[in-house]
Amino acid sequence: MNLIFETSVPGRGCSILPECDVSVPDLPETFSRKKAPRLPQLSENDISRHYTALAGRTHGVNNGFYPLGSCTMKYNPKINEELASLPGFTAIHPLQPEHTVQGAMQVLFQAEQALCEITGMDAMTFQPAAGAHGEFTGLLLIKAYHKHRGDQKRTKIIVPDSAHGTNPASATMAGFTVVSIPSQEDGCVDLEKLKAAVGDDTAGLMLTNPNTVGLFDKNILEITRIVHDAGGLNYYDGANLNAVMGVSRPGDMGFDVVHLNLHKTFSTPHGGGGPGSGPVGCKSLLAPFLPGPVVKKQQNRYHFEKPEHSIGQVKSFYGNFTVVVKALSYILTLGAEGIREAAQNAVLNANYMMKKLDDLYTIAYQERCMHEFVMSLEPLKKETGISAMDIAKGLLDNGIHPPTMYFPLIVHEALMVEPTETESKETLDEAIEVFRRLYETAKTDPQSLHEAPHHTAVRRLDEVGAARNPKLRYLF
Amino acid sequence: MGSYVPSTPAQRREMLEAVGCASMEDLFGHLPRQILLDRPLHLPSGLSELEVRRTVEKMAAHNTVFSTVLRGAGAYRHYIPAIVKQVVSKEEFVTAYTPYQAEISQGVLQSIFEYQTMICELTGMDVSNASVYDGATAAAEAVAMCRDRKRTKALISAAAHPDLIQTVKTYCEGAGTPVEIIPMKDGKTDLDKLSSLLDDSVSCVLLQQPNYYGLLEDAETAAEAIHSAGAKYIMSCNPISLGMLKTPAEYGADIAVGDGQPLGLSLSFGGPYLGFMACTNALLRKIPGRIVGETTDVDGKRAYVLTLQAREQHIRREKASSNICSNQALCALTASVYLAAMGAEGLQKAAEQSFAKAHYFAAKMSEIPGCQLRFTGEFFHEFVAQCPDVPKVMDALEQHGILGGLPLDGDFSGCVLWCVTEQNSKEEVDQAIAIIKEVCGA
Repeated sequence: MNLIFETSVPGRGCSILPECDVSVPDLPETFSRKKAPRLPQLSENDISRHYTALAGRTHGVNNGFYPLGSCTMKYNPKINEELASLPGFTAIHPLQPEHTVQGAMQVLFQAEQALCEITGMDAMTFQPAAGAHGEFTGLLLIKAYHKHRGDQKRTKIIVPDSAHGTNPASATMAGFTVVSIPSQEDGCVDLEKLKAAVGDDTAGLMLTNPNTVGLFDKNILEITRIVHDAGGLNYYDGANLNAVMGVSRPGDMGFDVVHLNLHKTFSTPHGGGGPGSGPVGCKSLLAPFLPGPVVKKQQNRYHFEKPEHSIGQVKSFYGNFTVVVKALSYILTLGAEGIREAAQNAVLNANYMMKKLDDLYTIAYQERCMHEFVMSLEPLKKETGISAMDIAKGLLDNGIHPPTMYFPLIVHEALMVEPTETESKETLDEAIEVFRRLYETAKTDPQSLHEAPHHTAVRRLDEVGAARNPKLRYLF
Repeated sequence: MGSYVPSTPAQRREMLEAVGCASMEDLFGHLPRQILLDRPLHLPSGLSELEVRRTVEKMAAHNTVFSTVLRGAGAYRHYIPAIVKQVVSKEEFVTAYTPYQAEISQGVLQSIFEYQTMICELTGMDVSNASVYDGATAAAEAVAMCRDRKRTKALISAAAHPDLIQTVKTYCEGAGTPVEIIPMKDGKTDLDKLSSLLDDSVSCVLLQQPNYYGLLEDAETAAEAIHSAGAKYIMSCNPISLGMLKTPAEYGADIAVGDGQPLGLSLSFGGPYLGFMACTNALLRKIPGRIVGETTDVDGKRAYVLTLQAREQHIRREKASSNICSNQALCALTASVYLAAMGAEGLQKAAEQSFAKAHYFAAKMSEIPGCQLRFTGEFFHEFVAQCPDVPKVMDALEQHGILGGLPLDGDFSGCVLWCVTEQNSKEEVDQAIAIIKEVCGA
């Protein structure tokens, strides 16, 4: 289809602004722009149709099943969207006087209280805009904590090799050296390797639990104790909190600091890549280091405060505020029981799908999974030549967004399936049927899978060519 | 209790049986007992949709929505065309994830490719990424792009937005990068001081145009000094101002960053906003975050895909230059639709009218005794003026539904940073002037 610039017609446009009602003074030549930007010239109808066509070439959660592992693509309730777009939230300036934004501060305060209760933490910041941003922030808290105690030698962050790529990247950004420890065969932390890795240079450990293969690490108390005994702190990557919210809390597992992904666990949408929200919660020992400002309540009035030893700001203002409104609306809807119910059904749906596929597909870890499970397509590939990629592309022809591919790195030909709790048994059964059919196709007609997808807007792309000769903008 | 779980009790039982569990609790039976929560969460019970609506609407009603806003300082109220909200509310755009599966994500990918093109056109730069969190983090990421083994130090203008300075400092503290602040003179970056700070340890210099105080920097002279010292030049700019102001590329910047909020995003108490980043071709492999490129599919059809991923965290892990993963895609889409609706002409109009009305307001203001402008330099749509009684003026304006400018502190205590945009009519501006006049006893 046409790019918006190709639809443009010189002389066309929308009439948006009135004529200026004051005289326009001259701007000195030295400050003025020489050449106008080549923005499209379109009628409103042109714009509407262009983006409607683009939307039609986009698969959202509203279009169909989206079991993208580690991303928690649950349904995004519409009431959240409506409430977040109330003028009382969208039309307020971040630097309005506090007495004129008490409602917005209440949103932040209540969301903090609820999320601290859910995670077992004592204080929280909403400034981080996404999960990775939260990781970075949490690690800076750990760094500031050690520094404040005069413990300067703690320069290392331990990260299991099964971790999300953001974990080691965030640790580097925060100025730490990353110590990668190999996981056990079952994807869990190898206690002996951990014991060998910790020492008086350990600043902390970053861990996802349930881990990235979808298993709950049963040794969690032992793991966090080993790190604490060595003088380090424990960081909880909240990417997988959906599996345990209302059932078990990171704070009770021995974690000192967590980040949440409101755009995963708390139903706020992903927007094609963002905006997310990655609040960071911590135990009281880290609270003085939180980025500021944070909201406090005193005699029924809310005010902003900068924590005593704040690491400073990690972003402008207070974070992705209206995303927090959506998450709070979700928490109010579900309440204590609903949050637990969501976790339970997320785990049930994953186990159900895994069970219904384990006679054909190789399940990487044959244990009770949590909210997601990982299949290894390696045996199938050896037998038929059909890879994880081929199965994924086959799913596209069936209206299903593929699972996360080739992650975690410790499983070869991995497909990581996370159904979420908002999918019905009917949807799961249909998807199971599709997976089973594709497995048969792999054996009977592998070529058709190598060539899949057949029915999408475009077919497999030349990704190598895209990277080799980067064309990153329209050339007029 | 509200719930979005569709399976019925009977179906749940059926599924539990299929997985060999007697109950939901059984699913978690393998977790250590000590860490299982043995009580319900201390949260209120769930609510129906109508109850949630009432509860949250009440919170929204506790905020004051000003009918006239004369405050900017990093968050600007511009007119948002109706088409913008309609387009960005489309469920596909709202609910999709990062477009990893290109074949079913061409819509999002193409919209990002178009966004990248528009940002390049706006800034004059060669390459844009798909967005970062906001203007402050874009600046911090830009500083990180410039660091190399020999040159590590970043120089940041004291006239940049305080949040930007703070954020850059926090990021640099993490990475162990030294930061020095270039002092101000008459509300602008002191270029003599800049020259004296430049040496071969400096990796980059960041200037904001227009700066935090609304003034236009002598960005050309700065460029010469910075480049002859072998450092990179980062310009943080207001995208609306680029409808009339010289572009970062025309000034010779290596990296252009800024907050895209003025491009169709509402104030929203500070977020979500949009960080844009664009650079020269020479820095292409250093720019962080997602980038969409054009390619073809097996049938030779034009298509779009996330590209140059070898820079990113999921491939490079601890060696990645940035950890960014999620960005602000829907906000980037918002900016694109805004720019499509405004066109170059509309954008220029928004810029010129903001400029004109701010100058009209400033001229009227300086006629009020005690309210003279603090600085004499050229400005865009913000300016600093003295004010004989800041709290009293702010209160009086608030009584009339007007959010006054931002009271400054420190060196500029007793001054106010005012902002006027195309959204403010002459009538509104005149009313504000009348109120200020009255309070100041003129």
